[in-house]
Amino acid sequence: MQFWDPRIEELSKADLQKMQYKLLKSLVCRLYSFSPFYHDRMKEQKVHPDDIKELADVTKLPFMFKRDLRDSYPNKIFTATQEELVRYHVSSGTTGKPTVVGYTQKDLDSWTTSLARGFTAIGLGRGDVIQVSYGYGLFTGGLGVHYGAERIGATVLPTSVGNTERQIELMQDLEVTAIACTPSYLLHIGEVAEKMGIDIKKDTHLKTGILGAEPWTEGMRTRMENWLGIRAYDIYGTSELSGPMFTECTEQNGFHVWSDIALVEVIDPKTGEQLESGEKGDLTLTMLQKEALPMIRYRIGDISSVDEDVCPCGRTSPRIKRIQGRVDDMLIIRGINVFPSQVEYALMSIPEVGQHFQIVVERTGALDDMLVKVELTKESFSDKITDLMQIQQKVEHRLRNALNVAVDVELVEPGSLPRFEGKSKKVIDKRSL
Amino acid sequence: MDTKKYVIKQISIFSENRPGRLASVAQALGEEKINILAFSIAEANGFGVIRALVDHPEEAYEKLSSLGYNVAFTDVIAVQMKDQPGGLFEIAKVLGDAEINIEYSYAYSGKTAAVLILRVDQVDDAIEKILSSGATLLEHSIFH
Repeated sequence: MQFWDPRIEELSKADLQKMQYKLLKSLVCRLYSFSPFYHDRMKEQKVHPDDIKELADVTKLPFMFKRDLRDSYPNKIFTATQEELVRYHVSSGTTGKPTVVGYTQKDLDSWTTSLARGFTAIGLGRGDVIQVSYGYGLFTGGLGVHYGAERIGATVLPTSVGNTERQIELMQDLEVTAIACTPSYLLHIGEVAEKMGIDIKKDTHLKTGILGAEPWTEGMRTRMENWLGIRAYDIYGTSELSGPMFTECTEQNGFHVWSDIALVEVIDPKTGEQLESGEKGDLTLTMLQKEALPMIRYRIGDISSVDEDVCPCGRTSPRIKRIQGRVDDMLIIRGINVFPSQVEYALMSIPEVGQHFQIVVERTGALDDMLVKVELTKESFSDKITDLMQIQQKVEHRLRNALNVAVDVELVEPGSLPRFEGKSKKVIDKRSL
Repeated sequence: MDTKKYVIKQISIFSENRPGRLASVAQALGEEKINILAFSIAEANGFGVIRALVDHPEEAYEKLSSLGYNVAFTDVIAVQMKDQPGGLFEIAKVLGDAEINIEYSYAYSGKTAAVLILRVDQVDDAIEKILSSGATLLEHSIFH
């Protein structure tokens, strides 16, 4: 069994909690003094850094939500100056405004360390060739995994997404041993390889999949492992936390959340109460060392539970179990977060279509297809097909820009989409995971 | 020249491309005792436009609008063609020579002769050119 940081990874539960308390206390003191956002929040909650006397006092601290990040666009919550920032990543927000995440050098280092520990825990290291088929750019997946893989001394093949046939050729020719991508993209790669007459199991050196950015199941794991002859590991993170952050170990039973990096809680979404180990609720993380964009009790919105027991692999940190769904209506389309509210927001600026819409998500082969149905307004109806097609293309273009994901648009008759009183069901997700 | 009498009001209906839509339109018109004299369907990606010449366009418009359809009037012209080889060529050539663009067109075999329905970009010009070529245009009073 290999460890990257045995000192931290095997720390006893008691020492680990002492360490977390120290980190939490200094984080709270720092933010109370230097962050107007957290200062105000703590005042509202009537909590002072002096009230944090033990680790359990974390429950006295206020929560933070995605909407707080939206309201702080682009950088109002940052506690680092622009000179101290070394990188930005940008992810989709719940409305037209995206979420900007800034990183200091220390933030990047701790992100990279977190992944180095995880990659080591799944048996990767020097001599491995890791193909990074996550998107590089504003999305955190590509660059995040890239630095983690370099850190452990592996050779990185930064293919990013797309051009699948070339990816498969390179995988063969450069003897790739591990691939990092979304589970649906790996399925797609498998299908394309079959069409090319290549059996990934026999004709490549691929042994490991690091799969994340969208939810998947044990059933998909078994299928991919048998079909492709690999061990498939889940990886978890969100851009607010830095990016893909935590992986499973070879036990394949939950993501190890390193205790010096994050304090994990599970919160009952209805009452806001902290739940016991093993109970399902809203995953809530406090990032203990983040500098540029601090996160105290950030309610991620992913539903899971936490296992506090020491893992059979020897690591003592708590493990987050597989993600079972969302608290809100966020969709993940080809690894990209999509909120129905973003669609609504984008449509508001297009007078040719009404405000009503319906999203239909399907999986064709291995990839997600998103269809948005919109109603053509009476005023914009033209007898000319080309005019109508222009409207259709305009909506597709606007949605693509707003969501960063390709969308098909269907024009439907006015009044034909279902109307809802109260909570509307605007999404039909036909994917079966 | 008074070209107005040759301008015919076509109704155009936006329709999703799925089973039963045409039946629904036709049923509504039938219930109102509106006769369809000619019609065509143009289809695109996921939707279509039903175009029809009817004997009572105003009533058809009212009825379909009340059912929630997107309906519009479009000006078209109807040319009587010789129902024989070369008949279409004569008309198309007149318009082509005059640089008048046909946006779309459909035809039906009328009681006495074939009829070509045309949607063109310059309606008045088209009417003058067709008449001066010696061809016959149907007046709107024939339809409604």
